[in-house]
Amino acid sequence: MSTDENSSGVVKKFMYVNRKAPYGTIYALEVLEMVLISAAFDQDVHLAFVDDGVYQIKKGQDTKGVEMKNFSPTYRALDGYDIEKLYVEKESLDERGIAASDLMVPVEIIDRAAMTALIDSMDVVLSG
Amino acid sequence: MLHTVNKSPFERNALDACLTRAAKGSAILLYEDAVYAATKGTNVASRVSQATQAFKVFVLGPDLRARGFDEAQVLDGITVIGYDEFVDLTVEHGTVNAWL
Repeated sequence: MSTDENSSGVVKKFMYVNRKAPYGTIYALEVLEMVLISAAFDQDVHLAFVDDGVYQIKKGQDTKGVEMKNFSPTYRALDGYDIEKLYVEKESLDERGIAASDLMVPVEIIDRAAMTALIDSMDVVLSG
Repeated sequence: MLHTVNKSPFERNALDACLTRAAKGSAILLYEDAVYAATKGTNVASRVSQATQAFKVFVLGPDLRARGFDEAQVLDGITVIGYDEFVDLTVEHGTVNAWL
């Protein structure tokens, strides 16, 4: 049920393009924060993982040794916020020797041409 | 000399800059996002494997595990070390060249 106070009734297609590896820089965590915020506004949210961004959802992350917060379980919680449109670029996986079975969440693996078309179909694109 | 690299080889050219300029027999430590260069099956794996012939190559274990990789996924010829050995390497080599 939507209310007038939090919605103009316009639902836009949002895409967050993840291009950075986790932990080495703050980009991955910051984009994840934006994703969670956008979930509160009932928008049509899409996540893309390309280039080093595919490393964000690599299985088995254990940050105890580096004393940083392991934020990777948050990706598994996204479906609880109705964020289920996750896309991974096949070429990015191949370049890094990462298999679909190495990923911690259900995703749709698409090739670069399909990714190009998907990004082009969005209303709002935020990259990090 | 100890050379350190902490950038992903897919995003920056720091590793390449290091490999093309480090003197033969140097030690090279891959840490933070450079640990991806030490993993098997990547586009840069053959280049890195070749480098283990000319250099002593190390990778920092805690950074590797944070990113979801373990020793079994590290290229042959690369030694996985911890923070204590990182300290030992810096002491042993005196000069550190950080390729940022």
